[in-house]
Amino acid sequence: MSQSTAAPAPSIEIPSIPLAQLAPWALFFGLLGVLVIFFISADQGAISLPAGTAIHEWVHDGRHLLGYPCH
Amino acid sequence: MTARAFLLRGLLAGLLAGFATFLVAHQVGEPSVERAVALENAPAPSGESAAHHDPAGGHTAHTHSDGGTTVSRGTQRTWGLLTGTVAVGVALGGIIALVAAGVVGRLGRLTPGQSTAVVTLVGFVAFALVPFLKYPANPPAVGSADTIGSRTGYYFLFVVISVVTAVAVTVLASRLWDRWGAYAAVVSGTGLYLVVMVVAGVLMPTVNEVGDFPADTLWFFRRASVLTLATMWAVIGVALTGLVGRLHRETSAVTARRELAASL
Repeated sequence: MSQSTAAPAPSIEIPSIPLAQLAPWALFFGLLGVLVIFFISADQGAISLPAGTAIHEWVHDGRHLLGYPCH
Repeated sequence: MTARAFLLRGLLAGLLAGFATFLVAHQVGEPSVERAVALENAPAPSGESAAHHDPAGGHTAHTHSDGGTTVSRGTQRTWGLLTGTVAVGVALGGIIALVAAGVVGRLGRLTPGQSTAVVTLVGFVAFALVPFLKYPANPPAVGSADTIGSRTGYYFLFVVISVVTAVAVTVLASRLWDRWGAYAAVVSGTGLYLVVMVVAGVLMPTVNEVGDFPADTLWFFRRASVLTLATMWAVIGVALTGLVGRLHRETSAVTARRELAASL
C-alpha cells in the first residue's frame, strides 16, 4: 500500500462523448423536442398545421405565461 | 457517460421542471391572466380597447375565432396550463441535456456538472431572458389578431439570433480561455454577445400593441411570466447539474475500480 501515498496529484480526466455517437440522438430528439415546443408555442397562431383552434385553446394559458406570442 | 444517460436525466429534470413551473404559473400568473381575460371579454367602452379581437365579448369561455373549439377557463388554467408546462419542460430538458452531452469535456477544464450548469445558464439568458426583453410576454387582450404572423416571426427570429450568437461566443470564449485566461475570455465573450444583441434589438421592429390596457395588470402579468420562465430553467439547471455530477462520480468510480482490477 505504499504506492497510494506516493502518487502525484493526478490531472482530473474529464470524459467527453464522441460527436459521432451523439449525432443520431441529437438529430432525432432535437427534432422531436423542437416539434413539441412548436406545437405548444406557436401552432394555430401564426401557422396552423392541423386546422382549427383546439391546440391553441388547450395550451392557451401556458403559451401566454411562457412568453410566446399567442394571439 | 453516454448520450442516452444524458437524455434520460434531461427528460427527468424537464418533467420535474414542468410540474414546478405549473405550480408557479398557476399561483403567480393565473390571477393576472384572469383579470386580462375579464377585460378582454368586457364590452368596449370606447370601441378602441376591445377592438383587438373578439369584439362580440361577454362569453364565459375564452375563444378567438368564430366556430372554433372552445375550452373552458377552468380547464385552460389547470389541465391546459399543466400540458403546456410539462410538454415544454420535457422537450427543453431533453434538448438541454443533449447540448450538455456535446459540451462535456470540451469547455475548458470544467467538470461535467460545471459545464452542464453553464449550458443551462447560457440557455436561459439566450433562449428566454433576452428575447423577453425585446418581445415581452403579453396577456390576453393585448395584441392585434392581424399582426400575430409578423409578431411570431419577429419573436422566433430574435430567439434564433440570440441562440446562434450565444453558441458562437461560447465557442470563441472557450478558445480564448487558454490564451487570455478565464477573466478576459468570459468578459469578451459576454461583451460580444451583448453588442450583437443590442444591434439586433435596435434594428428589429418594436411591437407595441398595449393600447390602454391597465399598466398594473400588464406589469404583474409580465413579472409572473419572467418568474415562470426562470422556474422552468432553474429547476432544469439545478436538477440536471446534480444528476450529471452524480453520473460523473459513479462512472469515475467504476473506471477507477476497473483500472485497479486490471493492475492486479
